[in-house]
Amino acid sequence: MLQIMEGSHAVAEAVKLSRPQVVSAYPITPQTHIVERLAEIVADGELDADYICVESEFSALSSCLGASAAGSRVYSATTSQGLAFMAEVVFNVAGMRLPIVMTIANRSLGAPLSIWNDQQDSLFLRDSGWMQLYAEDAQEAMDLHFIAYKAAENHEVLLPAFVCFDGFILTHTFEPVDIPKQEEIDAYLPAFNPYQRLDAKDPISFGMYATPDYYQEFRYEINAAMTRAKKVLREAGAEFGEMFGRDYSGLVEEYRLDDADTAIVAMGSVCGTIKDAVDEMRDDGKKVGLLKLRSFRPFPYEDVRTALAGVSNVAVLEKNINIGSRMLGAVGLEVKDAVYKNGTPVYSYVGGLGGRDIRRKDVKMITEWAETGRNDCFFGLREEVL
Amino acid sequence: MGIFLRELRIHGRGGQGSVTAAELIATAAFKSKIYSQAFPAFGVERRGAPVQAFVRFDDKKVRLRSQIYEPDYIIVQDSTLIGDVNVFGGMKKGGIAIINTEKEIEGVPDGVKLVKIDATSIALEILGLPIENTTLMGAFAAATGEIEIHALEESLRERFPGSLGDKNVAAAKKAYEIVKGGL
Repeated sequence: MLQIMEGSHAVAEAVKLSRPQVVSAYPITPQTHIVERLAEIVADGELDADYICVESEFSALSSCLGASAAGSRVYSATTSQGLAFMAEVVFNVAGMRLPIVMTIANRSLGAPLSIWNDQQDSLFLRDSGWMQLYAEDAQEAMDLHFIAYKAAENHEVLLPAFVCFDGFILTHTFEPVDIPKQEEIDAYLPAFNPYQRLDAKDPISFGMYATPDYYQEFRYEINAAMTRAKKVLREAGAEFGEMFGRDYSGLVEEYRLDDADTAIVAMGSVCGTIKDAVDEMRDDGKKVGLLKLRSFRPFPYEDVRTALAGVSNVAVLEKNINIGSRMLGAVGLEVKDAVYKNGTPVYSYVGGLGGRDIRRKDVKMITEWAETGRNDCFFGLREEVL
Repeated sequence: MGIFLRELRIHGRGGQGSVTAAELIATAAFKSKIYSQAFPAFGVERRGAPVQAFVRFDDKKVRLRSQIYEPDYIIVQDSTLIGDVNVFGGMKKGGIAIINTEKEIEGVPDGVKLVKIDATSIALEILGLPIENTTLMGAFAAATGEIEIHALEESLRERFPGSLGDKNVAAAKKAYEIVKGGL
């Protein structure tokens, strides 16, 4: 049933419906409303879970790690500095192949201190072995949690997942969402069936040290699992679509790309603004479309290559900065690699950092820049720094 | 872009309930079978500091995520903001400005309709407190027709159960009748 609510509360509902047995998190803006609402849900007895209160994000993900290794479905949420503080455990969770799902309410990283949105926080953990899914709106943020659990817990994958949704822009916005029924989610997402678990009667160890004779093979296996995750995510998204009518079988989503000369590539909430800008540019006769990336890890390079096969220019709208690289954005690097054989020019246009508002006119401007071959650069920059 | 899309910008001060007003107006619009979206100007809010909140209305799902620069409607909760804050900035021709005041207002752009209501007095009379956000929602419903008064009533009762809901509904309805009568 369609209801109107805050994005954070919609995500809390999705978590409740996913029936995690352990929740551990530390509040941090703009993630706070998610975990506050979940604390209420658990306290009111609507969700039978242990809610572990901790003194830091490091402890939050550490307790999630232990609970997941013991065979529980586990949830956490964080952002920005909290995620940075977790970083050591982030790699360990993936290394131990624990299918934890964690919401990232995307926010910039200090210094300078900023509580506002960009996507630097999740992207800096690009190589950690966690899947990274990005939501355009509250509905997609909800739905991706179910899909994330389903794919993460699949024995072909057994990797954790970030579900990323833009801080404030989605977390603090009221909009209509369709909340699935518990029995429907139970049918889609059965109880967690661990591949192996800690058991006092049959002891095993997780995360032991590996000598140079073995370490490399663990990294190989993680990468192989991430590669398999593409198929598993597509299948989980397709099955969700069959049951709920919202299709997530694509790791990318094409919007008016069919005959486009210029493609804009982006992730997250800005895709909504881009779609409106694309409609306006189409009305003006411009052949432009959007390729939205729903998954950044695994990176769906085959889908990106296919989707961009017919375009002449690619503008990647980046809410991150790849400091010190020739290519300014982390997303652009991947897109450029995907279309390398086509020889299509790909440009990274960096903006929206630290919550700078991105408007339709900005989208139109970077489209023109790509058309005229303007090299990678920032947009919306204050002129006094130039 | 939908031809239908209409946008509201609310100007208030921290503590006046601007964000709550945006959420409740969006909820009332949703109950009036209109797609809506409400969000704050994401700031570090301090009591008394100028704040903004935004609402979009459309006949289809709202995708646009930028802030609102060219509103069809504004609500000004505290008229002393005018001058310090460019509350009329970017207002569309044919737009409506709903201002909580009994004083003369200067600087209203050509083509913008001014609706004045002494919401603070109504709130003091009915709620016993100078919290006028719910009163202004009634004025907004009457002046713009974007939300139905019964949908607003339902939204207010959901947010404020019991006698508090009764009082807020009474305040909103009083403003609704005053503005309707003046149109």
